[in-house]
Amino acid sequence: MTISHFGAVLLFSLFTSIVFGITQRSEPRMMIRFGAFCFVLFVGGTIAASWIMWLIKH
Amino acid sequence: MSAFSGGPLAPHNHPAIMNRAMATNVSASTRAQTSSMPTMALIAGWLIPGAGHLLQRKWIRGSLLMVSIVAMFAIGLALKGKIYSPNTGDLLDILNFAGDLGNGLLYILARMLDLGQVTVQVATADYGTKFMVVAGLLNIISAVDAHSLATGRKRS
Repeated sequence: MTISHFGAVLLFSLFTSIVFGITQRSEPRMMIRFGAFCFVLFVGGTIAASWIMWLIKH
Repeated sequence: MSAFSGGPLAPHNHPAIMNRAMATNVSASTRAQTSSMPTMALIAGWLIPGAGHLLQRKWIRGSLLMVSIVAMFAIGLALKGKIYSPNTGDLLDILNFAGDLGNGLLYILARMLDLGQVTVQVATADYGTKFMVVAGLLNIISAVDAHSLATGRKRS
């Protein structure tokens, strides 16, 4: 199996956010909100870190 | 001094309130001592991802946890990630082994089938290793969550 770096980020963020959402909140609505929040933070944080590394290199 | 801090009107001095509180505490502690559900949920959740929630009839949560953790482990194996063994002597290997062990039966099955033992040949294999370690850690979190649900520490 081959996978791109961004694909790995998306898969990792998706599955981790699902588990965080279910385990860290009590109400179903809050679970979905927290899961979505974690997903955005994971993916957004990775993209931001990638741009910072690109800027440092250039 | 507050009117409720002492004297006959204080709640802890009222016999009816005291009796009810004691009865509630005794019944709660008796339930916790006699019920084996929290321990079963913890162990089942560790051995089979999501099983702790499924035992408590949390079908959707249990299924989502199972799919997520098993998929992460399977993707890790497909990416040719490494399964760690005990007693290598390296501190980082021991920590990674602890993470892998969190996968419960998945880890035991992978070791029995000799999966994840190949030498790393592709760059993304390290991602696979991390996927499996993180899957184990997430499984521990979900098993503890199932335990908290069973004891009543988590509301629902």
